[in-house]
Amino acid sequence: MVKVAIYPPNSLILADLIERKGHTPLVLQKQIRQKIKDPEIDSPPMNITEEDPIKGLKYAAIEVPSGVRGRMSIIGPLIDDAEAAIIVDGAPFGFGCIGCARTNELSIFLLRNRDIPVLEVTYPTNQDETYLMVNEINDFIDSLEEKSEEE
Amino acid sequence: MVKIALVSCGTEYSGIQKEIEKAANKFGAEIILPEIDLDYIDEAYEKFGFSAQSSSLKLMIARAMAIVEGKSKPDAVFIATCFRCAEAALVRNEVRRFIQNNTRIPVVTYSFTERTKADELFIRMEALATTVTRRSILAREKQEGLTLGLDSGSTTTKAVLMENNKVIGTGWTSTKDIIESAKTAAAEAFSQTDYDWDDLDGIGTTGYGRFTMGQEFGAELIQEELSVNAKGAVYLADCQKGEATVLDIGGMDNKVITVNNGIPDNFTMGGICAGASGRFLDMTSRRLDVDITELGPLAVQGDWRKAMLNSYCIVFGIQDLVTTLAAGGSKADVAAAACHSVSEQVYEQQLQEIDIREPLIQVGGTSLISGLVEAVSETLGGIEVIVPEYSQHIGAVGAALLVSGMGHRQDDK
Repeated sequence: MVKVAIYPPNSLILADLIERKGHTPLVLQKQIRQKIKDPEIDSPPMNITEEDPIKGLKYAAIEVPSGVRGRMSIIGPLIDDAEAAIIVDGAPFGFGCIGCARTNELSIFLLRNRDIPVLEVTYPTNQDETYLMVNEINDFIDSLEEKSEEE
Repeated sequence: MVKIALVSCGTEYSGIQKEIEKAANKFGAEIILPEIDLDYIDEAYEKFGFSAQSSSLKLMIARAMAIVEGKSKPDAVFIATCFRCAEAALVRNEVRRFIQNNTRIPVVTYSFTERTKADELFIRMEALATTVTRRSILAREKQEGLTLGLDSGSTTTKAVLMENNKVIGTGWTSTKDIIESAKTAAAEAFSQTDYDWDDLDGIGTTGYGRFTMGQEFGAELIQEELSVNAKGAVYLADCQKGEATVLDIGGMDNKVITVNNGIPDNFTMGGICAGASGRFLDMTSRRLDVDITELGPLAVQGDWRKAMLNSYCIVFGIQDLVTTLAAGGSKADVAAAACHSVSEQVYEQQLQEIDIREPLIQVGGTSLISGLVEAVSETLGGIEVIVPEYSQHIGAVGAALLVSGMGHRQDDK
């Protein structure tokens, strides 16, 4: 079983594709769920507090806006944990989205530099491209399986 | 309940959503998010024409469009983006302009950090709520009866007694203990008349200490200084009809307010940098060993270009001025450079955010520094700057004016 980071990190479609193959998708929702279940914190809607953008300093300097650091405090640990990654470029809102271009740039850069298998695909614009993208993702996940079995 | 639409690129990720809601709730307002569907986001974004990379900024644009097109009907709009984000700053400004050009809804903008707390937002939220709910009070053009206005600022406390549309007594003291300072300022104002506390019809309070003073003196009006100063300024400058801009460079923060027929319709409030405040001039006068009242006339005689001032910072800026003096520069040039520096910074940090409407009425204690008034006019391309009589007492005048008609203390006697 391989821990696969996805980008956008809240894409349910990507998470589903990975789960179907028996691997663990590293998704934002799980992190947020942990935060909102914590009764100690009361900062709705996601229980991100002043402390989180400070934790985000591990990934981005103090000159970087608080919104980027707040996002990185949740996405950063997912990237650190990843054993593989699938990045979908140019995805629309409905596919999954973190809302901030600077966070996208930094997260994708960090994933590329993790020295783990990374698949980068462009979001499809028609049905044929969609089949191609799903096949590409499935092949990539299968190859992870083979690698983990070899190990 | 006043509905304030939050148009933002993601306050929840900075952990300050709760603070924004807390600030709005304190003044009887609630934060709403203009509801839009996915298809509308692309449609609105295309129509607006700004190619933003961040999808949250696209959402922000779509929410602004929903307000302008009447799909969402808030009473006021609060636009907020992360401090230091260039893309968000561009969109924030364009969205503000778009809403202001196409609606009459009051708008305020803010750039936040994770440290933003509800207290910093109180004055902005209160002013937004006031312009919506208290229009009738803000429409008052004439003072009646005997009223006292108290303004507890960060540096000084001011008191003004008004009777039948005239200022009859003023008081001024540096702010120490809020209540004691207010009593001292009021005593000075009373001493110029034959009246006492018992003769008053009503009391209005404003400034940082407004709640404390209001509770102590049982004030009929407790109001933030944005609305009060704007009202006081147009009243004293006799600009109650038509448009005007009010500029108040204070000891701790600066206010720029645009006014239409006496009612504020947009404002910005600074307070991040001490170098853009009256405090810078206070420190300059101390280093020059002149009284603050002499700094203005001294600056008018000088030429700011002859003094070296490489830093906007209150610490390093003052150091630069000292270096100029050590190199044989004149006090007048240094005073002029200090005034020019403050005016330039106020312009860069705030005035450029607002569409200046002439005339510009400059108020607050710093408006008495003639060198600063001249520097502001020069920075804005030579526009006319009005400094009305009692401009240093502006908050107290505004409070005394607005409370008139609300107090009925003599009726009970």
